[in-house]
Amino acid sequence: MQWSFPMIVIVVVLGLLGIGFYGLLIVRNLIKVVVALQVLAKGAMLALVLAGELAGQIYIGDSMAITLIVADTIVAVIGLALAVQVRRHIGSLDIGHLSKLRR
Amino acid sequence: MVIVYLLVAIGVLVCALQAIRTSRLLMAALWLAGCSALVALMMYLLGAPQVAVIELSVGAGLVTVLFVFAINIAGEEVMDLRSLLPRPLAVVAVVAVLALLGWIMVPVFNLKPPEIQSGRFFTAIWEERAVDMLLQIVIIFAGVLAMLGLLAEGAPPHTPHEE
Repeated sequence: MQWSFPMIVIVVVLGLLGIGFYGLLIVRNLIKVVVALQVLAKGAMLALVLAGELAGQIYIGDSMAITLIVADTIVAVIGLALAVQVRRHIGSLDIGHLSKLRR
Repeated sequence: MVIVYLLVAIGVLVCALQAIRTSRLLMAALWLAGCSALVALMMYLLGAPQVAVIELSVGAGLVTVLFVFAINIAGEEVMDLRSLLPRPLAVVAVVAVLALLGWIMVPVFNLKPPEIQSGRFFTAIWEERAVDMLLQIVIIFAGVLAMLGLLAEGAPPHTPHEE
């Protein structure tokens, strides 16, 4: 099979989405949850740029990817600020300790 | 040239996997920065230099600084190694999602070669996607306000004036 660049990028997109999703399912640390979200968003970003490229509308794909970068950064900022506050109030970053309704 | 593409692709995936797997938070932030830089390189190779520059400066620069700042305040914490879900269940869920996504993406390769639309990046982003730009400004403003509110030290308890 001849590997073309779009095919490689699609494999990377699927890999990043898979790794990010797996991370969201298994990690317990709040800051690691933000890391997993970042990996997931990078996959989506690459997919948008690739979609713009393949559909011949490069600039639309680019501008949507830039919007995603801004939104993703703000999500990281708020997620990290929340993690810091959780650490201050509960004394732990473990999401298992967050819910008071457990058991 | 395909070798270069493959090397960059493998680098992106290894960095992302290490960012999830490593137990030290600071190392996770650094692996994420590496992943971000390689994704920016991939975007440049795809022909999107503007997005690559923004991703490199924001994704690999600003976000890494934010992570280091947050880890510095919150501190490293040793967690027990139990995962949130049983790992086999997580792997099955991920494989199912990826199979579905791959199935959706397969028709991409049957597309006809597109007509390249003429136009400029400036026109696309400021005129055709003006609503997006407006939303970005609102999101940035809301994010800054939220961060100020969240990171503010708690107000000191109210003490009545002694008379």
